[in-house]
Formats: sequence, structure tokens, C-alpha cells
Amino acid sequence: MNLEITKVGIISCSGEELPEGTISRIACRKVLTDLKPNETVTICLPLFIAGGEEERKFAKKYPTITVDGCEKLCAAKSTEMFSGKPSKSLVVPDILKKHNLSAPKKLRHFGGEDQAAIQAVVDEIAKSVEEVLEND
Amino acid sequence: MEKKSKKVVVLPCSGIGKVFGALARETTYELVERVRPDSAVTTCLAKLVIGDAETKQLVKENPVITIDGCPKECARKSAESQGVNVARSFQTIDFYKAHKDMKPEGISELDETGRKLAAIAADELGQVVDEVAIEEEKK
Repeated sequence: MNLEITKVGIISCSGEELPEGTISRIACRKVLTDLKPNETVTICLPLFIAGGEEERKFAKKYPTITVDGCEKLCAAKSTEMFSGKPSKSLVVPDILKKHNLSAPKKLRHFGGEDQAAIQAVVDEIAKSVEEVLEND
Repeated sequence: MEKKSKKVVVLPCSGIGKVFGALARETTYELVERVRPDSAVTTCLAKLVIGDAETKQLVKENPVITIDGCPKECARKSAESQGVNVARSFQTIDFYKAHKDMKPEGISELDETGRKLAAIAADELGQVVDEVAIEEEKK
């Protein structure tokens, strides 16, 4: 993780119990690797919560965007608990509702019919990254 | 009174930085959906960490297996930090070491080789679920 450049940390809840958790995980990776590779870093939530020093330091110093799969907001709450309030807290069901899209029915191996839902979340994260960097 | 049958709770790290986190997640889904759907369940690791009451009760009343992607063992440590007594813990990198010809690729979604390796790992862990369930019955 390069701390010299201003970047945004993306924190996915990756909730295992819900398809929205899988969407969160896939969408965050797409933003990190395909759309905003120079502006974002991944903060591994399990490492973050298990005491990852570098992750916690980064999240204290740099802006973060959390992406949660449900209203329990585990990623946002964990980030606030260990480092500080996220710059933006996105919630997958809210994004899908806004775009009139349904969540996938299964937990993994999404098909073509689920790509619109993933893309809507990807776009929302990418837009949030731009907004956060503009305001930072 | 009929004794309520316990489930084995499987907690993967689902780490987003490495392929072995994805392998942990896929192995868990293979285990709870295909290999031991009647005796194994999963829940969100993050819910446990924020102290979700329902999740805390689930791991308090049932034995727990953690599946981590790397030696940092975030799932095990996170569970233990919440007072969970982890019955068994595994690292997916060890399944790869045992099957060197199956190099998994893909972090957000595993490739076909990764999925096959996850299926093999889950088949092996099915026996572990049975062992843990038996141990729990004896308590």
C-alpha cells in the first residue's frame, strides 16, 4: 500500500450470508482493478478488524468508502470503530433500489442476468471515489 | 425434551486482496451448499465483529470452523476476539500446497481451476464437519 499518494480506501463488507455481500465484493474489486486502479486501494476488512496495523493507519489518514450488503452496515461500523468515519457509506440494496434492480437469488456464480446489478454498484463506487477525491 | 441438533458454523475470511481469500469463500459455499447442507452453515464474519446479537448467539451455541486465506488468520483471530472457541481452523493456501497442479486465479470470482480446488477442499472438510459435530454431541 503506497501511503505517499492520496488514495481512497475501499472497504467491502463481503458478507457471506447474502448475495448483496457477494455483489459488494465483486464490485469493489472491479473498481480497484479496472476502473480506478491509481486512485484506490483495497482494505481487507477481515485484516482490518483482526488488527492489521497498516490498514488501520491508512484508514485513519486517508478517506475511505465502505460498501455494505445490508442495513447492518458492518463495514461502515467496523471502519468507524477502528479508524474513523468513512467519507462515504454505500449500501448495495439502496443502490439497486435506486436503479430499480433486483439482487441475485444465489450467493455465488452470478450469471449474465446479474451483471446489471453489479455494474450499478461499480458505477456508484467509482462516482463516489471521484467525489471523495474532489472534496479531499 | 428433544435435543436440538446443532450446526457447524463455517466462517471464511473472504479476504479481498488475494486469490486465497476467494478460495476460502468458495470452499465455504461448497461446504455449506453442496457437501454438508444439513449440518454446516455460514454467517457473515463482519456481523460477528460488530457484535450482532443473532450472530453472536449462533457462534455461542454451535461449534465453529474458520477458513482463512493466508497465515494472518483473520477469520480465526476475529472469531476468537469475540470469545468464540474455534473448533478447527484451516488455511486455503495449504489446500493449494497439497494440489500444486491446481493454481487458482481470480480474486473477485475464481476461475474454473479455483472452483475445482474449492470443491476438493470442501470434500475434505466435510469429514471435519462430521468430526466436530460428533465432538459437540458428546459434550
